[in-house]
Amino acid sequence: MVWRQLLASLRFLVVMTVLLGLAYPAAVTLAAQAFGSRAAGSLLTDADGRVVGSALLGQAFGPEWFQGRPSASAYSGETSGGTNLSPASSDQADARAQRKADLVAANPEAIGPVPEDALTASASGLDPHISVAYALWQVPRVARERGVDAGALRNLVAAATEPAPLDFLGQDSVNVTRLNFSLAGGVQR
Amino acid sequence: MTPALAGVLSVLCVVVILVVIHVPLGSWIHRVFTSEHHTRAERAVYRLVGVDPDGEQRWTTYAVSVLAFSGASILLLFGFLLGQGFLPWSQGRSMNVDTALNTAVSFVTNTNWQSYAGEAGTGYLVQAAGLTVQNFLSAAVGLAVAIAVVRALARQDSDRIGNFWVDVTRGTLRILLPLAVLAAVALVAGGVVQNLIEPTTITTIGGGQQVLQGGLVASQESIKELGTNGGGFFNANSAHPFENPNGWTNLLEVVLLLAISSALPYTYGLMVKDRRQGFALAGAMGVLMVGAMALLTWSEVAGGSLEGKEQRFGTAWSAIFASATTGTSTGAVSAMHESLQPLSGGVALLNMMLGELSPGGVGTGLYSMLVMVVLTVFIAGLMVGRTPELLGKTIGRREVTLVSLALLITPTLVLVGTGIALVNPVSLDAMSTAGPHGLSEMLYAFTSAANNNGSAFAGLSADQPFLNLALATCMLLGRFVPIVAVLAFAGGVARQGRRPATAGTMPTSTASFAGFLVVIILIVAGLTYFPSLALGSIAEALS
Repeated sequence: MVWRQLLASLRFLVVMTVLLGLAYPAAVTLAAQAFGSRAAGSLLTDADGRVVGSALLGQAFGPEWFQGRPSASAYSGETSGGTNLSPASSDQADARAQRKADLVAANPEAIGPVPEDALTASASGLDPHISVAYALWQVPRVARERGVDAGALRNLVAAATEPAPLDFLGQDSVNVTRLNFSLAGGVQR
Repeated sequence: MTPALAGVLSVLCVVVILVVIHVPLGSWIHRVFTSEHHTRAERAVYRLVGVDPDGEQRWTTYAVSVLAFSGASILLLFGFLLGQGFLPWSQGRSMNVDTALNTAVSFVTNTNWQSYAGEAGTGYLVQAAGLTVQNFLSAAVGLAVAIAVVRALARQDSDRIGNFWVDVTRGTLRILLPLAVLAAVALVAGGVVQNLIEPTTITTIGGGQQVLQGGLVASQESIKELGTNGGGFFNANSAHPFENPNGWTNLLEVVLLLAISSALPYTYGLMVKDRRQGFALAGAMGVLMVGAMALLTWSEVAGGSLEGKEQRFGTAWSAIFASATTGTSTGAVSAMHESLQPLSGGVALLNMMLGELSPGGVGTGLYSMLVMVVLTVFIAGLMVGRTPELLGKTIGRREVTLVSLALLITPTLVLVGTGIALVNPVSLDAMSTAGPHGLSEMLYAFTSAANNNGSAFAGLSADQPFLNLALATCMLLGRFVPIVAVLAFAGGVARQGRRPATAGTMPTSTASFAGFLVVIILIVAGLTYFPSLALGSIAEALS
């Protein structure tokens, strides 16, 4: 009885591997072509046609750009994940204090408290988003570093703001990658 | 909108969607498993596999089929993971022997604990043709076992409980596959990637370097949630923007992972020809699910920390996902559970400790709940001095023994396993922190493995031979001991006749029975796990 069932199992696995492991992903991949660039990762290309990132993934940026949230993987793309620190731990309190001190030093002209999302590392390490408050908090620094008008930057922030679907499926967020892409003169299609 | 209002709306939104879909989905599952008709595709499968679809099995043969099939699946997947380097589309990725064994056991038992990182351990081919296949089949096996148990309860004077090959084939082809195709396409529309592009290093906007990953992600993501599997294509799982890019995909994923398990009580009611029986189970599952979800959401919204969370989801939806994934044995995560508030981490643990029945995994949730129903009937019968009965079936010594076995194996594995790991220097080295939080980290790992959940307090460096093998053992026993026990139970009740209901029969379809069921579930879990929760999450929350 056992041998007969084992033989049936092996045959069943072969049939199902062809169907579920090859035909099904292939069919979804074909259907995915209908959605254009999304299946490929919502890539952003510069004027020369070079891929400079994905609109879905955060990147590491210097002070002359808007910056994303702290990342446990430094936005490498080869790994993903968080710090796994407990919010009740002293390690987390130390990390928050350090991040806060660094941000305040780098943004002497910023107004108001440092927003929560600026002090905490994301779950994926590739979070492309920050809060609207954190984006506006960075405007004076970016304006100074680039020598541009703060008002123009605030308009760019508004354009890169993605509202929460239906107002409650998540929260309003600014896509830093898209924001910096338009700052660099990129045009999104 | 205030965060509190958004949190309330969000929980309500999930509940309303489940209430709306559980009737049509449950009816459809009922039709699939009671139909006399085999489709042409199914006939072709039976011919290729060499089984007679019209010959039903005794419970022993059914159990042997489950075990033989799962054993063959583990061996094949283990070989596939080790040999992926010899095949195309491996992206040069590989696994150690103990990691591969742990992974094979993990995906076949519907646990999807991952001691490897998706970006480093598994190439595109093995993810699609190995892991995705088991995402379907492990869910179909759980569904088949649940249907066989319900079928046995609906029968009388029969020594047969159904045909495993028919159940698993129908579950795959008629339920999981069509829903997975629809969900995968919807996920791509939302931005989830689906391609065979090699990982590419690009120069970023700011002039740095970043590796862009590709892969057949959407096709795996949809069945990962729908089949309550939870194994992420990437290490960050559903927190990774390529797996879960926005609020819409997040809502879809939460609904997918709850959908089938929430609909199965309705299927149960239809199969035993008394829909109120199904409503009682759905009510008990719903109370536990909403209670945990509300508590976890409140804890996170009040805590306000975004550590280990994605900005686009925020605290409320991170909490809802965490509650849904631990209450369904899915184990996918959209936020890092180790960075949840201490109270939230405790609720996530408790969700698993309840035995994965609120509403639990695909199939496993229903049969785990039926185990608790039998226990509740037995205890209630003792309290009022009546012969315990369920649907006219006498709950005698054999039934209670089997149910106790199914019930006690997981806490035994969790507590003994955690105990051993906490005195073993090798596994102690794997912990990222000491104190109550460290205890929770290890307790979470064994709870997750033995209950076939798969989520983690991911600070634990679990990719080491001792933990890989210890957790694989927990996953195996935590999956197959209950399955064999409930199938043996099914064999016994199918043979019984059905006693007619009298004025002395205790009804199992009333709200008061559902309430008593919830109380028994909480008492059993509380008595078993309170000391370990007190030393871990509760101590941390109070300090």
